[in-house]
Amino acid sequence: MQFLAKTKTGISGLDEITMGGIPQGRPTLICGGPGCGKTLFSIEFLVNGATRFKEPGVFVTFEEKTEELTTNVASLGFDLDKLQKEKKLRLDYVRIERSEIEETGEYDLDGLFIRLEHSIDSIGAKRIVLDTIENLFAGLTNEGILRAELRRLFLWLKDKGVTAVITGEQGEGKLTRHGLEEYVSDCVILLDHRVSNQISTRRLRIVKYRGSAHGTNEFPFLIDEDGISVLPVTSLKLDRKVSSERISTGIPTLDEMFGGKGFYRGSSILISGLAGTGKTSIAAYFVNEACKRKEKALFFAFEESPPQIIRNMKSIGLNLEPHIKKGLLRFQSARPALYGLEMHLSNIYKIVREFKPKIVVLDPITNLVSVGLINEVNSMLLRLIDFLQGEGITVMLTALMSVFDEKMDEGVSSLVDTWINVKDIESNGERNRIVCIMKSRGMKHSNQVREFIISDRGLKLIEIYLGPEGILLGSEREEQKLHKLKGQALKDQQERMEIARRRQGNGIPKQPKQKIRK
Amino acid sequence: MAKKQQTWELRLYVAGKTPKSATALQNLQKYCETHLAGQYKIEVIDLLVHPQLAEGDQIFAIPTLVRKVPEPIRKIIGDLSNEEKVLVGLNIRPMKQLIQ
Repeated sequence: MQFLAKTKTGISGLDEITMGGIPQGRPTLICGGPGCGKTLFSIEFLVNGATRFKEPGVFVTFEEKTEELTTNVASLGFDLDKLQKEKKLRLDYVRIERSEIEETGEYDLDGLFIRLEHSIDSIGAKRIVLDTIENLFAGLTNEGILRAELRRLFLWLKDKGVTAVITGEQGEGKLTRHGLEEYVSDCVILLDHRVSNQISTRRLRIVKYRGSAHGTNEFPFLIDEDGISVLPVTSLKLDRKVSSERISTGIPTLDEMFGGKGFYRGSSILISGLAGTGKTSIAAYFVNEACKRKEKALFFAFEESPPQIIRNMKSIGLNLEPHIKKGLLRFQSARPALYGLEMHLSNIYKIVREFKPKIVVLDPITNLVSVGLINEVNSMLLRLIDFLQGEGITVMLTALMSVFDEKMDEGVSSLVDTWINVKDIESNGERNRIVCIMKSRGMKHSNQVREFIISDRGLKLIEIYLGPEGILLGSEREEQKLHKLKGQALKDQQERMEIARRRQGNGIPKQPKQKIRK
Repeated sequence: MAKKQQTWELRLYVAGKTPKSATALQNLQKYCETHLAGQYKIEVIDLLVHPQLAEGDQIFAIPTLVRKVPEPIRKIIGDLSNEEKVLVGLNIRPMKQLIQ
């Protein structure tokens, strides 16, 4: 059996969704509206071919002068002049000026063919880009001849055995303005640049790929200083290795709730809660613990500036500065509205690859909703978690829940392995925090609600007091303690224990016997 | 009358000896003899022999006639079967037999 041979584009992500690249020795059509990145796409295809796959390429432009093109892509680090000198690339500008041309009688495009052949042969090109051949339609009036010649051109390119990329401007209701898709039918890639809610996202879709399986979805892609990267959502693999190593949460009493050992390494943890419940503090302790183990940690702050976090953490007995000085901890802060979600994601990828942390914290992910729709944020987080877990990084996300909607949370919570919820309970004229573990995959964890105390000595969880008066928190619990000290409490205590035991008998709360605190 | 002294430099690009190219050359010679007798120069370039020359004059269609002199450069593509279009395209003032 012979499978379709493919040519790697070298564009990160695209080769994955096309399962190996574009069809070798055949033309591929890249179409899309103005400014969607067609030219860049094709240039990157050639440059990668020249620099990484030892396949020289010819770039034939019908619209931009070669010097302009060279300048335009220089910002992406592509040195076309150098590649041309090394005979790895050849730029060819075919100028078609309607005003200079008069047509009379029969003609063909042999001139173009000869030029292409000459260019291809002069550097032994394996790749060619025609950007965009549709300009011929603007320069020539005889469409009949033109169409017949285009058909011949694509057949000729196939015979020549070069992998061709043809770009085409998107037309109304059609993939290209002049129906190029009619001639190039092996592989068609559609690029799209759309703005929704004032946020622009670039997307790519493989419309067709004859003779090959391919990802059919729309994939977001980015153009930044490193060129194009496609971020495939569906290339997620669920077959990565998992670690059974456990790492401490940094709060001994919280570790206890996870069977005394803490989280799994490489898992994802979500801390959710209302405003001011101490989510960032939990994350900071987690980071601190990692740094103490001499592991690198990366903290993405979407809400507070790093100095602010450091100052605030000092107030609860945590000094993060030494870790930063040692290079173990890095803060990365960016306002979510600074750029779109995809840009955030790619930035995170980049920093993570460069810094190589063991722990990553994103605080809070809910702020990203301001730059994207909830389902987009979820899909971004899915990809992010997948990426981080693929690298064996433990990721902690904090999510701010609003009193009004808990939607965000539900979406994300199914992605994560461990979910800790911090709540506020207001009673008796004071607000107290309680913590519970909503879920923790693959480990024994406490089902108890604990009181969560933030003091200048740090974070602490204490077992809440369960008595005939109900759950006692904060000062009420303290009072109860004092009450007990009076000795007279002893009798009451027995009563309560009896009640507690009965409750247990009913199978409602499964918890150890309350001890008298002294 | 000064214009009359000028030599017209015409270049015809062809690719091999195709019927279209032959027709174009025939037509061109006929028009030149009629309207530019004695003051023209025709250079025929076969791109199959000199492919590198195609880039200079931005040739993509075959046959293409290029008027190099007098300036500005004009191009006519096709087999030149329509005399009037060729004359207009080259900006040649027709001789009396055409003016009627």
